[in-house]
Amino acid sequence: MDEYEAVIGLETHIQLNTNSKIFCGCKADSWEDPPNRNICPICTGLPGVLPVLNRTVVEKAVLLAAAMHAESIQPLSYLARKNYFYPDLPKGYQISQYDEPLARGGYFDVPLTEGATRRVRIEKVHIEEDAGKTIRKNDRRLIDFNRCGVPLVEAVTSPDLRSADEVAKYLIRLRQLVRWIGISEGDMEKGQLRCDANISIRPAGSEELNTKTEIKNLNSIDAARTAVQAEIGRQIEETSAGRAIHTWTLNWDEESETLTKMRSKETEADYRYFREPDLLPIRLEESWREEILAALPELPLDRRARFVEEYKLPEYDAEILTDERSLSRFFEETIGKYGGAAKTVSNWMMNDVLRLIRERGVHAGDLQLRPHHLAEIIRLLDDKKITTNVAKELLDKVQDSGRSPRSIVEEEGLAQVSDESALRTLAEQVLVDNPEQVETYKGGKTTVIGWFVGQVMKQSKGKANPQMVRQIFEDLLVD
Amino acid sequence: MGLTIEEVRHIALLARLRLTPEEEERYTEQLSAILEHAARLKEVDTSHIPPTATVLPLRAPLRPDEPRPSTPHKQILANAPQVKEGMFRVPPVLDVEP
Ligand SMILES: [Zn+2]
Repeated sequence: MDEYEAVIGLETHIQLNTNSKIFCGCKADSWEDPPNRNICPICTGLPGVLPVLNRTVVEKAVLLAAAMHAESIQPLSYLARKNYFYPDLPKGYQISQYDEPLARGGYFDVPLTEGATRRVRIEKVHIEEDAGKTIRKNDRRLIDFNRCGVPLVEAVTSPDLRSADEVAKYLIRLRQLVRWIGISEGDMEKGQLRCDANISIRPAGSEELNTKTEIKNLNSIDAARTAVQAEIGRQIEETSAGRAIHTWTLNWDEESETLTKMRSKETEADYRYFREPDLLPIRLEESWREEILAALPELPLDRRARFVEEYKLPEYDAEILTDERSLSRFFEETIGKYGGAAKTVSNWMMNDVLRLIRERGVHAGDLQLRPHHLAEIIRLLDDKKITTNVAKELLDKVQDSGRSPRSIVEEEGLAQVSDESALRTLAEQVLVDNPEQVETYKGGKTTVIGWFVGQVMKQSKGKANPQMVRQIFEDLLVD
Repeated sequence: MGLTIEEVRHIALLARLRLTPEEEERYTEQLSAILEHAARLKEVDTSHIPPTATVLPLRAPLRPDEPRPSTPHKQILANAPQVKEGMFRVPPVLDVEP
């Protein structure tokens, strides 16, 4: 169905990784705690309490706004009450921001395929508190308030996304960004990144904005992709059949993978927003703002572009190496220590260091193997002091022991063996032990030489100089 | 600027109040009178006065991000009409059409 295009805007809620909640000192992370352990009179909305804003919440939200190129990070912003009744919202209102959010404007670039980029405009970034959790057990509804008051930052986009796939890509890049700038773990499975999607369709190429529907509670990237795709399909079907689209609020049921119409929620006016009387405005002076922004690192896409430019890396390498911030730092530090070709370091990173990271389940920044270790290993290999096999083994040995590669090579006798007479003796024995393979070789299948080399490598525990061994076999087999 | 009875019903619903037909009539009158009274403020010319959200110094006090012990959960759960598995048990939510 090419004649329609989708018009999609997202509201993403990101749980900030602060130690305490937004308005009280309760622990923010309750992932491993039983229900209702991290609660107090403030976050359960008992009468007579007063909220006090967590400084770090403002700082992390400002970082996100800056990373999304906000046009204006407001020197003065206000908290507001959003009034509605739901059992997991004990106060009867959520403290959020409304007419004067922390930041307005900005954009977030989402790379698509083949070098294209979707620039998604950001309308606003604001802070608010999370609600509790309703757990349904049989017919019972049980409420856990641990999540109540966990800080959220919400980023609202303009309707600039054009497909379910772009929605998924946006979320993947957003997750990368929040981890990169250190404001959230962005783990969707833990509900740290959630999104609502506003969807409408229109004839491809037109500029009109048609009636939209809203899908609530998209809690994984797969769910977002599947649900948005399903809703686009439904709207196209309805429109093609001449039926109207209604402003519905839809709920995505992850188990049955279906959209169900929610009983119509309150409209915006029904929330009766007003300025939060229990909290004074957030004043972000120039000096504080500068202090916060000093901690803003080079952003992932900028670093990716610089890796291509500065180190002449292929796009593919640059993309992988900037997937996670400590990995990109590991790469650059290794180059600094090594001094040789960046592509050589990149190959080691992409094949072997990433394997190590995956196997150990850690970030590059947490490895015991440090950039100067990797640089030393590559140097040893360049200088033909060790073989490639030994170099690969060294990565694990350094990771396990934290010792320097050079001292491991010395102590374990891993230096490359280039003693020709010793290698010749080994090679001759291999030929004596394997008359069948010798016949095969003489019969014209010369590739079997690789197998012979392999035998010597095995017997030398990977230390034999493989080029030299090959040479020796070529000499021996000619005779 | 009088309120209609439909508006009063809607507001009552948002506030989760159940009104009798007599109360609906009475509150339509009373709320309209209150609104009209408040609307008199509009007669003051404020075009040269900047909007004021608060008369207090414009600065929220901020708290360092340090966790402090929460309240023992039994103490807070003691307020619940019904507790199940360490959680507040609530009646099923009826979705109502505002
Ligand atoms: Zn609390």
